[in-house]
Amino acid sequence: MTRETLEQYSLVSLYSALAVLTLAMLGYVIYLARAASTAPARPATTREPVGVGARSGVASDVPASRPPADDAATLRARRAAGPARMLTWLATFLVGLSIVLRGASVHRPPLGNLHEFVAAASFVLLLAFSAWGLRRNVDWLGAFVTAPVLLMLGSATTFWYTEAAQLMPSLRSSWLVIHVSVATISVGVFTLAAMVALAYLLIDRAESRDGDSESGLGRLRRVLPPAAELERLSYGMHVIAFPLWTFTLIAGAIWARQAWASYWNWDPKEVWTFVIWVVYAAYLHARATTGISRQKATYIALAGFACIIINYSIVNMYFVGQHSYSGV
Amino acid sequence: MTGSPTIVQPTLGPVGWLRWAWRNLTSMRTALLLLLLLAVAALPGSIWPQRSINPTRTAEYIDRHPSLGPVLDRLGFFEVYATPWFSAIYLLLLISLIGCVLPRTRIHLRHLRGRPPRVPAHLDRLPAHVEREVDLAPDEALAAVRTALGRRYRVDVRDAQTLAAESGYGKESGNLLFHTALIGVIVGVAIGHVWGWKGDVILPVGQTFSNTAINYDTLSPGPRVDTVALPPFSMTLDRFDAIFEDTVTGDGQFGQPRDFTAYLRTTAKPGAKSEQQVLKVNHPVEMDGAAIFLLGNGYAADVTVKDSRGVEVYSGPTVFLPRDDNYTSPGAIKVPGALPKELGFFGNLLPTGVITAQEGPISIFPDAKDPALALGLYEGELNPGGLSGSVYTLNTTEMTQVNDTNGETLRIWIKPGETVELPGDRGSITFHSIQRWAGLSIRHDPAKDLTLWSSLLALAGLIASLLIKRRRVFARVTAVPGGSRVQLGALAKGDESGLQEHLERLAARVAP
Repeated sequence: MTRETLEQYSLVSLYSALAVLTLAMLGYVIYLARAASTAPARPATTREPVGVGARSGVASDVPASRPPADDAATLRARRAAGPARMLTWLATFLVGLSIVLRGASVHRPPLGNLHEFVAAASFVLLLAFSAWGLRRNVDWLGAFVTAPVLLMLGSATTFWYTEAAQLMPSLRSSWLVIHVSVATISVGVFTLAAMVALAYLLIDRAESRDGDSESGLGRLRRVLPPAAELERLSYGMHVIAFPLWTFTLIAGAIWARQAWASYWNWDPKEVWTFVIWVVYAAYLHARATTGISRQKATYIALAGFACIIINYSIVNMYFVGQHSYSGV
Repeated sequence: MTGSPTIVQPTLGPVGWLRWAWRNLTSMRTALLLLLLLAVAALPGSIWPQRSINPTRTAEYIDRHPSLGPVLDRLGFFEVYATPWFSAIYLLLLISLIGCVLPRTRIHLRHLRGRPPRVPAHLDRLPAHVEREVDLAPDEALAAVRTALGRRYRVDVRDAQTLAAESGYGKESGNLLFHTALIGVIVGVAIGHVWGWKGDVILPVGQTFSNTAINYDTLSPGPRVDTVALPPFSMTLDRFDAIFEDTVTGDGQFGQPRDFTAYLRTTAKPGAKSEQQVLKVNHPVEMDGAAIFLLGNGYAADVTVKDSRGVEVYSGPTVFLPRDDNYTSPGAIKVPGALPKELGFFGNLLPTGVITAQEGPISIFPDAKDPALALGLYEGELNPGGLSGSVYTLNTTEMTQVNDTNGETLRIWIKPGETVELPGDRGSITFHSIQRWAGLSIRHDPAKDLTLWSSLLALAGLIASLLIKRRRVFARVTAVPGGSRVQLGALAKGDESGLQEHLERLAARVAP
C-alpha cells in the first residue's frame, strides 16, 4: 500500500474511534444518570479526623463504587455501562490501529508532531482506563475519561492535523522514541489522575453538604466512591506519572545536548515542562505537609494539569521556540 | 482600664532571630511557596523573547512596543533566568533544600542505627490490627511471626512475648537521595555556567576553522574561562549535504528539511594527524575539550568583483543568511578596495530563484535547484567613521545607490557562471558558484556529566521515595489454653490503603 493510502486508513480509523467513543461516552453518562437516580443513598460517612492513627481506612480499600443493592433499577444502569465498556475497548483498539497505520505510512515511530502525540496520549489514557476496568469496577469514571479523550482526539483531527511525512533532521534520533513516548504515557496518566482529582473535589463537596442527597452532586455521590478513596486513587496515579515526567525532562535534556549543544536552553517548551514538574512537585510536597488540606493539595495538582493543557495547546501553537515542529 | 499588667513578650536576640529565619526558611510550607513562586517566575521567559536566546527578536519586540518594552526590560523580563528575582527564588530554594536535607539525614542515620520503637500497649488501637489463635507455644508463635515478616523487615525481639519490626527505610533514603542529587544538579548547572563556553561560527564548504576566540562569529565564555587557552583543534568542512522534502506536497511539509550532513576533517592540535568525521544534527563530533554541533546551514555565493581598472578587488565565498524556509538569503558583498569609489552590493542569494510581482526576487525551494543572485549596488564610503558594521548589511548613510544606463535603479540578476558589467565603467561582478555553509556551535561544559548523573540519581531516589512503603509491625503473643494468641498491629508513614491486607497476609502465614 502506498503512503497516502495508509495515511487515509489511519485517519478513517481515528474518525471511527471518535464515533465509537461518542457512543461510549453517552453510555457512561446514561449509566451515571440511571445509577444516581436509582441507587440507594450511601449511609452518611463520618468525616474522618486528620490524625493518622485514627484513619481506619479499612472499608475504603474494597472498591465501594458498586452500590450494594442489586435490584432491577441498578441492573438497568449496568445495562448502559456494559456496552460503554465494550465500545471503549473498541475505540482503544481503533486509536491504536490508527497509530500503527500512521507509523507504517511514514516508516518511523509516529510521535513526530502534535497530531501524532495527542493520538498516542489518548491511546495511553484509554488503554490505562480500560485495563483498569478489568481489575475493578471503574464505570463511574467512564464519562470523566471519554469526554476529555473525545476533546483531545477531536482537536488532533481538526486543528492539529498534519499530513504524514518524514521528520526534520533535529527529530531524527532514537531519543524521539524515548523522550516522547514516556512524555505520552506520563500525560495520559496525569490526565486520568486529574479526572479522578476532579471527581474527588466534586464528591468532597457533596459529602460536606451531608443530608442533601437529592441535588445533582448528592446523587452523584451514590455512584462514585467516597471522597477519601478518590483522593488516594488520584494521589496514586500522580505518584506514577510524576517520575515519568521527571524522566521526560531528563531524557529531553540529554537529547537537547545532542541536538542543540546545550542540555538546557530555556526554550518555551522546556520552560513549561519545568513549570509542570515544579507544580506537581509542589503538589507532592503539599500532600506530605501536615496542616495543608487534601483539597488544597488537589487544587495544586489540577493547576499542574492546567499547565499541561497550556503546554500542548498554546505553547505549541503560538510561542516561538525550538520545539516548533507541531506541523500546524 | 488601669492597673492591668502589661504583657511582656519574650524577646528574640540576634541568634534567636537567625534561628527563627532558618526554621521558617527550611519549613515545608516555605519550600512549597518557593516552588510555586519558581513556577510562576519561570513563565515570563516563555512568553517574552529572551536576549540570551534570540537577541534580534528581543530588540524587535522592544522596538515594536516603545512604551511597554523598556519597562519590561528594566524589570528583567527579557533576561528572566539571570534576573535578581529569579536567582533569589532558586537560591532560597537551594538553602531550604540544604536546610531540609541535613537534619533529616541525621535523623535518618539515627533511625538506621537504632532499634525499632517499643511495642505499644494497645495494639488494637493501631490503624491495622489482627488477632489469631494458634496451637503453638508462645515462643514458637513469636518465632513464626518473625519468620513470616521475612527479610524485608528489621526485627527487634523485645522479650519472649513481643517484637517490633520496621521496613521501608529505603523510602526516606530515596527521598534524601533525591533532594541531595537535586543539589548536585544545581551545582552542576552552576559549574557549567561559570567554567563552560559556547561559540558559533559559520563555515563555508572548503574553509578551515581554528579554535581561537578571534575566529568565532560569537563567543560566550563563562566568567572564569580563559579565552586565550581554548583547546587548539581545527577543522575543515570538506562537503555539506542537504536533503529537503520534495515528494510530499501538503501544507507545511513540502520543502521541509529532512537531512543535513557535514563532512569534517578535524585536527586535534597543530601538527597532529587529521581525522575524517561525519557531523549531523543530533550527532555531534566530540573533540578533546569541546564538542561540535551542527545547528544551521545556508548558502554562500562565490563571487569575483573587478573595479574600473579591471583589477580583481574581491574574490571568495560570501555568506548570506537565510531569512525563510526556502532560504531566501539576504546579505551584502562589500568591496572596500574598489576604485574610484568603494562598492557595496546588497540583495538576496536565492537557491531556487524567481522574480514575483508582489515580493520581488524570492526563493521558492530550499535546495539549490536554480540559483540566482539578485543585487543592487551602492558606492561611497562603506564604513563611515571607521566603524565596521555587520557584514550582512550595508550602512548606506555615506553611500549613494547606483543607477543603470537608463537612469533607473540598477538591478542585477545573475546566475552561476555569468558575469555582469557594472554601468558607468565601474567594473564587473562574476558569480562563479553557489556553495553551502554549515552553522556550527562549539561548546564546552565541564560539569555536564555531574549534572546528568545527579539527575539520574535524583530520579532513582524519587522512584524509591514514592513507591517504597514505610511500615511498622508490632506483635504480642500471650499464652492461652491449647496454644497462644498472636496480636499483630501495624502503622504506616502517611496514610496507606493496603496496610490491613498486608497484616492479614502476614497473619495467614503465622496461622495458616
